[in-house]
Amino acid sequence: MTDALVLAEGLRKDFGPPRRRVRVLDGVDLALHRGEVLALLGPNGAGKTTTVRILTTLLRPDGGRATVAGHDVVRDAARVRPLISLTGQQVALDLKQSVRENLTMMGRLAHLPRRAVRGRVDELLAAFDLAGVADRRAATCSGGTRRRLDLAAGLLTRPQVLFLDEPTTGLDPRSRQAVWEVVRDVVAAGTSLFLTTQYLEEADRLADRVALVDGGRVAAEGTPAALKRQVGEASVELDLATAADADRVRGALGLPAAEGARVLAPTDGSLAHARAVLDAAAATGVVPTAWTVRQPTLDDAFLALTGHRTGAAGRPAGQSAGQSADLTAKEVAA
Amino acid sequence: MTALAPSPASPPTSRAGVRANAPASALGRAGDALADVVTMSGRALRLARRDLDSVITAAVLPVAILLLFTYVFGGAMDVGGAYVTYATPGIILLCAGFGAASTAMAVEHDMSGGMVDRLRSMPMAPWTMLTGHVAASLVKNLLTTAIVFGVAVAIGFRPDASLLDWLGAVGLLLLFVHAISWSAAFVGVLVRSPDAANGFTFFVMFLPYVSSAFVPVDTMPTWLRGFAEHQPVTPVIEAVRSLLVGAAPGTDVGATALLAVAWCVGLALVFAVAAAWGFRRRR
Ligand SMILES: Nc1ncnc2c1ncn2[C@@H]1O[C@H](COP(=O)(O)OP(=O)(O)O)[C@@H](O)[C@H]1O
Ligand SMILES: [Mg+2]
Repeated sequence: MTDALVLAEGLRKDFGPPRRRVRVLDGVDLALHRGEVLALLGPNGAGKTTTVRILTTLLRPDGGRATVAGHDVVRDAARVRPLISLTGQQVALDLKQSVRENLTMMGRLAHLPRRAVRGRVDELLAAFDLAGVADRRAATCSGGTRRRLDLAAGLLTRPQVLFLDEPTTGLDPRSRQAVWEVVRDVVAAGTSLFLTTQYLEEADRLADRVALVDGGRVAAEGTPAALKRQVGEASVELDLATAADADRVRGALGLPAAEGARVLAPTDGSLAHARAVLDAAAATGVVPTAWTVRQPTLDDAFLALTGHRTGAAGRPAGQSAGQSADLTAKEVAA
Repeated sequence: MTALAPSPASPPTSRAGVRANAPASALGRAGDALADVVTMSGRALRLARRDLDSVITAAVLPVAILLLFTYVFGGAMDVGGAYVTYATPGIILLCAGFGAASTAMAVEHDMSGGMVDRLRSMPMAPWTMLTGHVAASLVKNLLTTAIVFGVAVAIGFRPDASLLDWLGAVGLLLLFVHAISWSAAFVGVLVRSPDAANGFTFFVMFLPYVSSAFVPVDTMPTWLRGFAEHQPVTPVIEAVRSLLVGAAPGTDVGATALLAVAWCVGLALVFAVAAAWGFRRRR
C-alpha cells in the first residue's frame, strides 16, 4: 500500500468537552490510489466530513496518521496543500460575486500568472457548462449551478487529489446527473477522487471502490460489484396477477412454497441461467404483469454488512435504491 | 479534456503557463502573500460595495451623528469655542471606529461559510483573508471620513492645520482604524453568530463617548474620568484635535501623539496575532 496517494491509518478523533468526549472516528483505515475514485459511504453523522477535514489538513487527528503523496497531513501540511483541492459540504462561494468573479478570484489565489487566469477561467466555464451564466451573481444561480461552480472553483489549481464532500446532497435528480457528469470528466482527465456520499446510487455510479463507514470505522470495503456479491446473488423477479399463478410458477421452478403474487427465483447472474428460469416460467403459460432481473443494491449491502439500514437520508429523493442496479428485462433478453 | 487534467505530479513545472505550487524562494513567497492580500482586499471591497445596507450605513450614519451633535446637543455644550470645531475630530473618530468595527461582521460571515475551509486547505497564509478585510476597512473608512469631513466643513468646521498637521492627523486616523479593524477581525473569528459580531460594533461605538471626544474629561465624575483618561481613544482624539484645530492649553502635543501611536500600534499587533491564532484554531 506504499503507492497510495492518500493513506489513512487508524485515524481517531474525539469531539466534545473532556468529560463527555464522543469518539467520532475510531480507527479509520483507507487508501486511495492514483487515478482511482474512492467513495466513503455512510449515513449522516458517520464521520465522513471529519475524515475529509483531517485528510485536507483542516483538522488534527487525535490518533493514527494520514499522508497525501507520502506527506504527513499534520507535520507536512504545507506540502500537502498544493496537491489537493477540497470542495466541502458547504458551498464555498461569494454569493455577491458573479460566477466569473468567483473563479477569477480563485485563479489569483492559485497564483496563476495574471494573464493565464482569464484563459483558465474560460476553460473551466466551458467544461462545467457555466459560460451562459458567467456574469450572473452566484446568488441568482440554481443550487445545481452553484454546485458546479463550486467544483470548478476548486480546480483552478489542477489538483492531484480532489476531495468532494457530499457533492450532490440536496440537489434534484437532474442537477445531480449534471454534477456526476462533470465529476466523471474530471476523473477521466486523470484526477484522483476522494468522494463522500450518503447516496448508494452515487457511490455505485462514480466509485471504483467503496468504503462503508459505520460507527467511526470502515465496516466494509471493495468494488461496488464485490460488495453487492457479498450480499448475495441476483434473482429473477416475477410479478403475477394472482397468488395461484405465482404458486404454479414456483412449482415449475422447483422453489419452496411462499406467500403472495411475487416470485423471486435466485440465479447465478449468468444469461444462460436467467434464460432457463424464464423459459421454465413461460412454459407454465401464465403471463406476468412485470418482471426484472434484480441485482442486490448497496442498500442491501449496508443492511447485510452492518446489520442496519443506512437511515432515512440514505437515498436521493424520489428514487428507489434499486433503480440503478436493476437490470431491466429487455437488457437481459438482448 | 486537458482543461480538467491535474498538473504533472513531479516536478511541479509550469505547463500551459500554470503554476500551482508555491515558489521556493523567500522573496517569491512574500510576493505571493502580498498578491493574496491584494486579491482578498479587492474581494472584501467588492463585497462591501454590493451590500447596499452597509454602504448606506457607512455613509449616512456618521453624517447624521455629526448633524445631531452640532445642532441638537451642540447648543447646550460649553467647550469654550464653536462646538462643531470641538466635536468634529471626535465624530470622525467615532465613524472610523464604527466602520472599522463592521469588519467583525464581514469576518464572521466568512468564518461561518464554506469559503474558510477551502482557503485553509490551500497553500496560502492563514491570515490573508483577515488582512484582506482589514485593508478593505482602511480604504472604506478613508472614504467615509472624507464624506463626514466635507459635511463638517459645510456646516462651519474650520480646521487650522499645516500640510504636516494634516498628514499627521490622517496617519493617526489610519493607525486607529487599523487597530480597531484588527480587534474587530479577532472578534469576528471568535464569535459564532452575526448578532454577536454586531454587538462589537456597538461596543466600539460607545468608546468615544467615554473619552474627551464630545465633552472635556474633567466634566465627568472621578471614577469615569479615570477610565476616560486612560482609554486609547482619548490620546488619539486629543492628538487629532491638536493637529487639526490646535492644542488645548496645557497639552503636550508630542507626548500625546506618541501615546496615541503607541496605543494603536500595540493594539493592532496584539489583535492581529490573536486573530491569526484564532483563525488557525477555529474548528
Ligand atoms: N466540531 C465538532 N464538535 C463536536 N462534534 C462534532 C464536530 N464535528 C462533528 N461532530 C460530530 O461528529 C459526528 C460526525 O460528524 P461528521 O463527520 O460531520 O459526519 P458526516 O459528515 O458523516 O455526516 C457527528 O455526530 C457530529 O455531530
Ligand atoms: Mg458531512
